Amino acid sequence: MDYHEFEELSAKLKTQESMNSHKICVCCGAGCLSSGSEKILTDLQSRVKEQGLEDKIKVSASGCMGPCNQGPLVKIKPDETIYETVSSENLDTILDQHVKQQKPVPELMLFHEFRDTPYTNALEDPFFKEQHKIVLHNCGNIDPESIDEYIAVGGYRALARAINLLSPEEVIAEIKHSRLRGRGGAGFPTGLKFETVYKYVADQKYVVCNGDEGDPGAFMDRSVLEGDPHRVIEGMVIAAYAVGASQGFAYIRGEYPTAISRFETAIKQARKLGLLGKSVMNSSFAFDIEIRIGAGAFVCGEETALCASIEGKRGTPRPRPPYPAESGLWGKPTLINNVETLANIAPIIEHGGEWYTQLGTTKSAGTKVFALAGKVQYSGLIEVPMGTSLRKIIFDIGGGIQDGKKFKAAQTGGPSGGCIPEQHLDTPVDYESLAELGSIMGSGGLIVMDETSNMIDVAKYFMEFCMDESCGKCVPCRVGTKQLYDMLDRIVTGKAVQRDLDLLKQLAVMVKECSLCGLGMSAPNPLLSTLRYFHEEYDEQIRKNEILLQANG
Amino acid sequence: MSKISITINDEPYKVESGQTIMEACKEHNIKIPSMCHFDGLTDVGACRLCLVEIEGQSKLLPSCTTQVEPNQKIRTHSDRLSGHRQMITELFFSERNHVCAVCVANGNCELQDLATEVGMKHVRFPYLFQECEVDASHAMFVIDHNRCIMCTRCVRVCSEVEGAHNWDVKNRGYKVRIISDFDTPWGESESCTSCRKCVEVCPTGSLWSKDKAQGQSKKNPQMIKDLIEKRKVNL
Repeated sequence: MDYHEFEELSAKLKTQESMNSHKICVCCGAGCLSSGSEKILTDLQSRVKEQGLEDKIKVSASGCMGPCNQGPLVKIKPDETIYETVSSENLDTILDQHVKQQKPVPELMLFHEFRDTPYTNALEDPFFKEQHKIVLHNCGNIDPESIDEYIAVGGYRALARAINLLSPEEVIAEIKHSRLRGRGGAGFPTGLKFETVYKYVADQKYVVCNGDEGDPGAFMDRSVLEGDPHRVIEGMVIAAYAVGASQGFAYIRGEYPTAISRFETAIKQARKLGLLGKSVMNSSFAFDIEIRIGAGAFVCGEETALCASIEGKRGTPRPRPPYPAESGLWGKPTLINNVETLANIAPIIEHGGEWYTQLGTTKSAGTKVFALAGKVQYSGLIEVPMGTSLRKIIFDIGGGIQDGKKFKAAQTGGPSGGCIPEQHLDTPVDYESLAELGSIMGSGGLIVMDETSNMIDVAKYFMEFCMDESCGKCVPCRVGTKQLYDMLDRIVTGKAVQRDLDLLKQLAVMVKECSLCGLGMSAPNPLLSTLRYFHEEYDEQIRKNEILLQANG
Repeated sequence: MSKISITINDEPYKVESGQTIMEACKEHNIKIPSMCHFDGLTDVGACRLCLVEIEGQSKLLPSCTTQVEPNQKIRTHSDRLSGHRQMITELFFSERNHVCAVCVANGNCELQDLATEVGMKHVRFPYLFQECEVDASHAMFVIDHNRCIMCTRCVRVCSEVEGAHNWDVKNRGYKVRIISDFDTPWGESESCTSCRKCVEVCPTGSLWSKDKAQGQSKKNPQMIKDLIEKRKVNL
């Protein structure tokens, strides 16, 4: 299929889609699936068939819509009405009243329990209103297992444009202009990474999609892979075209079987249309993608460990430099980007880098996806412009704290991040601001804690995670995380005194400064940030311990 | 190879470009502590003892894997670095059961030497007292996991110099252990050639020869370094 044929197909599919009077999307993201949305989908399909509405109404599965704890979710398009906790019994009501009689059903709508009048157009609800969806634009609106639906909403147009109208240098310039930064956590400028890989001369280069998302409570990459796999593939192909790679690997963690199977389906569909393979869109550019399934090691999200794992070796990191951009997979220049970063590539190429910079802050352009979890009213998957304040995310989008309790801390960046207290709630969420607070942007996990959370327990929980996930290669992380965990355990079980707390701090700094890879370097962050903002909890506990220990002789 | 100018601990030096910081320092008799490095084997940067400060770099970098660069300003010893090195050494001792009094390598042990070098007077961290096996199934040698510090010199010498790859690593975190073949007793190994290279490069009393009693093990790492040189193992 060449450029011209693609344009024709794209137009045809778009017209086809517009023939339906309604499209009903049943969320088949991980959250809704686990609350039984698969049955809702099949029931709805058979009812539409029974009533002879197939020609007018299209029912399809979709990716994550966002408000994950209200599932199963059903969305009626083009009205953008979302119905929550839908059961098979509600389906007739929705079909009869909304679809046939054009009378939406407020008592079944999203957040009907929380709003005086729920919004018929869900996009007007505060949960969605403050969001801006670029990465998640198609999630919840198209069937992730249908390449036709993806192309109908403009999918693969950016690829067609890149290959036929732009040189690799122009693609790189566009990405650089967008000021997109790595969404895996560290925030390295993506365009610069592209350029570095592009500049190395080699007989073989690789593009790797890092889908080894492992932070507890994080499900951003999972939702993108499950909800819009073609977007990630398109990003990978454009990236490969820009840097001159002919082989790609998608490293997806084994705990995400749905993501793996949908990605696999998407790869096959793209190959069939000639969007992957020996001659991408009938050009001289060849690129194909293979999936590699992670075996459950958190450290394999670290890029050098990930390379080792793809090569079939023990997944442990190695010192950098050399960076994978110079010497990655099998010693060849390798571009490694996170799922969310790659999902931003196609829109940037389609709308231009300038368009992207209009969102976000000067240093952090664009949007960021967060997995909002913990003690907020509405948890789920959200996407906001960079620079949005934590307060807006937690109180406007998330609806504040559950059960009228008080906010205590927001944990960003998972086991590598830190806890941000109330006095910093107005901080804009961007790479630099969060780092200044002793936390990190991370990949986008955002766990909200209320007044009942004990911060020493929080630090201990994350330390335990790091201790278990340490690969054991370098000493500071291998033994340091174990000793730090044991010390925290002794504090909470009444065995530690002031001297131990002083040593704990020293050891935390050593582990942070001396560890080999990001896992160890950031493992003390949750501990250090709770020490910084909630020191009185440690002091109080130590004081109690000392009194008790003295009393017991 | 061309000469470049660098500064080490405020003193100017001319060194070969392409050298690692550790090699350059060694040539000029500046000693940097290290446990996982072994001349001629691939460096892994795992023990973190050889970390140095480089002006303009926010992170500490391992001197075994970092190359010298023109006008680099390196500091190999500082209060910060000695504090870290001492703590790392304490972590080594706390990790497993390093009981010198009953160890074959007592008096001829790189871990003991390290403790002296970094000025470790006692261990501030509780000992983990991990349960570790002693595998004496091999006809000539013993691997005592109680004394192992996971420097992986044995893994590398076996793979890179002998070419047998008998040794590897299993598990994660502080539970990592050296394994023979696919985690079978050493005596049943199908890949071990009984060449004893691993024994000679082992810095502690973890790998030793059965004919040695407490304090008698005298290792000969120089023999392996010479062998690497003679065989011109080019990594």
